[in-house]
Amino acid sequence: MTTPRSSSPPPLRSSGERLRGDPDPWLGGASVLAAGPGSARVLRRGERSVVVERRPLVVCLLLAAVAAGVVVGSLVLGEIQVGLPRVWATLTGHGTAIEDLLVLDLRLPRVLTALLVGAALGMAGAIFQNISRNPLGSPDVIGFDYGSATGALVVMLFLDGSGLQTAAGAVVGGMATAALVYVLALRNGLDGLRLVLVGIGVGFALISVNQYLIVRSNLYDAQSAAVWLVGNLAGRGWDHVRLLAPALLVLVPLALLLARPLRMAELSDQTAVALGLRTERVRLAAVVVGVLLASVAVATAGPIAFIALTAPQIARRLTRVTGPNLVASGLTGAILLGISDWCARELFAPRPVPVGVLTGVVGGLYLAWLLTREWRKGVA
Amino acid sequence: MTTHSDGRPSPTGRLHADKVTLAYDRRTISTDLDLRIPDGSFTVVVGANGCGKSTLLRGLARLLNPRSGAVHLDGRAITSYSAKEVARRLGLLPQGQVAPDGITVVDLVSRGRYPHQRMLRQWSEADERAVRNAMEATSTTELAGRPVDELSGGQRQRVWLAMALAQETRILLLDEPTTYLDIAHQVDVLDLCAHLRADRGYTLVAVLHDLNQACRYATHLVALKDGAVVAEGEPTEVITADLVRDVFGLDCRVIADPESGTPLVIPRHRPGGRPGGTTKEELIDATY
Repeated sequence: MTTPRSSSPPPLRSSGERLRGDPDPWLGGASVLAAGPGSARVLRRGERSVVVERRPLVVCLLLAAVAAGVVVGSLVLGEIQVGLPRVWATLTGHGTAIEDLLVLDLRLPRVLTALLVGAALGMAGAIFQNISRNPLGSPDVIGFDYGSATGALVVMLFLDGSGLQTAAGAVVGGMATAALVYVLALRNGLDGLRLVLVGIGVGFALISVNQYLIVRSNLYDAQSAAVWLVGNLAGRGWDHVRLLAPALLVLVPLALLLARPLRMAELSDQTAVALGLRTERVRLAAVVVGVLLASVAVATAGPIAFIALTAPQIARRLTRVTGPNLVASGLTGAILLGISDWCARELFAPRPVPVGVLTGVVGGLYLAWLLTREWRKGVA
Repeated sequence: MTTHSDGRPSPTGRLHADKVTLAYDRRTISTDLDLRIPDGSFTVVVGANGCGKSTLLRGLARLLNPRSGAVHLDGRAITSYSAKEVARRLGLLPQGQVAPDGITVVDLVSRGRYPHQRMLRQWSEADERAVRNAMEATSTTELAGRPVDELSGGQRQRVWLAMALAQETRILLLDEPTTYLDIAHQVDVLDLCAHLRADRGYTLVAVLHDLNQACRYATHLVALKDGAVVAEGEPTEVITADLVRDVFGLDCRVIADPESGTPLVIPRHRPGGRPGGTTKEELIDATY
């Protein structure tokens, strides 16, 4: 408190009250929003205005550059190195047969799949952590990913479905899990911690269901399903990119439309409603978009753990602004999975490991750290 | 029944509750409650802990849908407005707020502008002015870039108040706006409220725990017991020793406040206390 209490409060002025000829001191200078950590600027054109936060913008551009670097690195580096000029030649249609195979058929679709899956997981994580107001509220922790996996497994093992049908199974499984978790967790509004705890419980149950499904299937199917369940990008090709890219083309803009309401939903339910947010509707829309994002990712690569958990937290620390940080989270997720998959592919050659093993080990350590931090916060 | 302190009758209330029954899952708080908030009043709701003050405020702000009856705002059922439309007419500052992790003061205050914004009108000149004025009025301008979770309780409360002021609603409901504040800042906040009412035409509804502050600042006092309105009107008419005993179960004397002439509630001196101990309410009152 810096003002002595004897001073009477300064008069409030409303927008219509300014006297004619009284120059408004506010409008000449920078917006008051510039004081925030994102050093926001307001772009104005007549009635329209858009707030651009500079720091998040710069961060996103840098992340996009890193993601591009991951693509190039994945094409060049590997057991068989392909020099940058040769990669370029191959991309422009002048490669040898072996280069074509290596760069165009194997490495490029795989790294693109990794980036798209990572982006979907990162954004899904950002959405769910936002609405649960809890860094643990991500689809890989609260069971949604395992539900998607259950749906996909049923299609794969028992219905012998195609890629698209598997994806549909994943969506159905994810949606059903989300509905179940929400029904169990909702009581007089949404409590983020209860959602997380219920989700963890449902997740464990689903892991058992998934194992049961594998045990029931024949040996060959069981083995490939078990590998898929760890989360794997080996052998992902253009078919997967063709499935993922259009899905994200629809889902990402939908998620971005929700960014502003989601920012408001970070406040308590009471405050958000008092400020005119239809919390239930926003939450429902966000859950649908989030489950779809997570489901397409799981359908492609299996329930890869911890990308959805970590990406939004890293993004948040980079941009330093509140809100779901959707774009930054998506880019961070893409980079994380892109790098992880390259490591899984090359560092363990000639016996590459599924990328899920790698993210599981690294992410598990992060989860331990996060849990102790949340625990301490809860005790304090 | 309801009159302003200056004697102007107020036949129309922009905000009134008609026979509302407010309830949570199985617990009914208020039954068939009628309450008219006089326009331009500083209405203060008092009552013992758990008597339904906050619930009443939540009901008035459509945060809690009445099981029966209706709340009317500007002549229409409050439920017939869009969510943002209500939020442009009526603001509510709930109790016990939790700010998102790491949010800065200016970020939080600016969220009060949400009901005035659209996808492609994210920050109008009116938004800018409202936020600056609200921060100025609450002396939070210097804190603009600070994270809310690093502030003291008093600073935080003023930041939340700034957010509600930035909303620029002519009706403002405040649930215990003076909690966590030391006495000087309590008076600051109440002075600000009085100023908003007197000079800016705000209608204020506040839940206050301190009866003497309620008496000093209220133009209209509502005493609530077990979810029902026991008495309402000017503080001098409402606050009597009998009423305080009835509503709070406290023996007291009521004298004229030497500063303002409004009722001053003085609990009876009880050397050594009494069996059963004192309630929190009595402790609060006993400090004055």
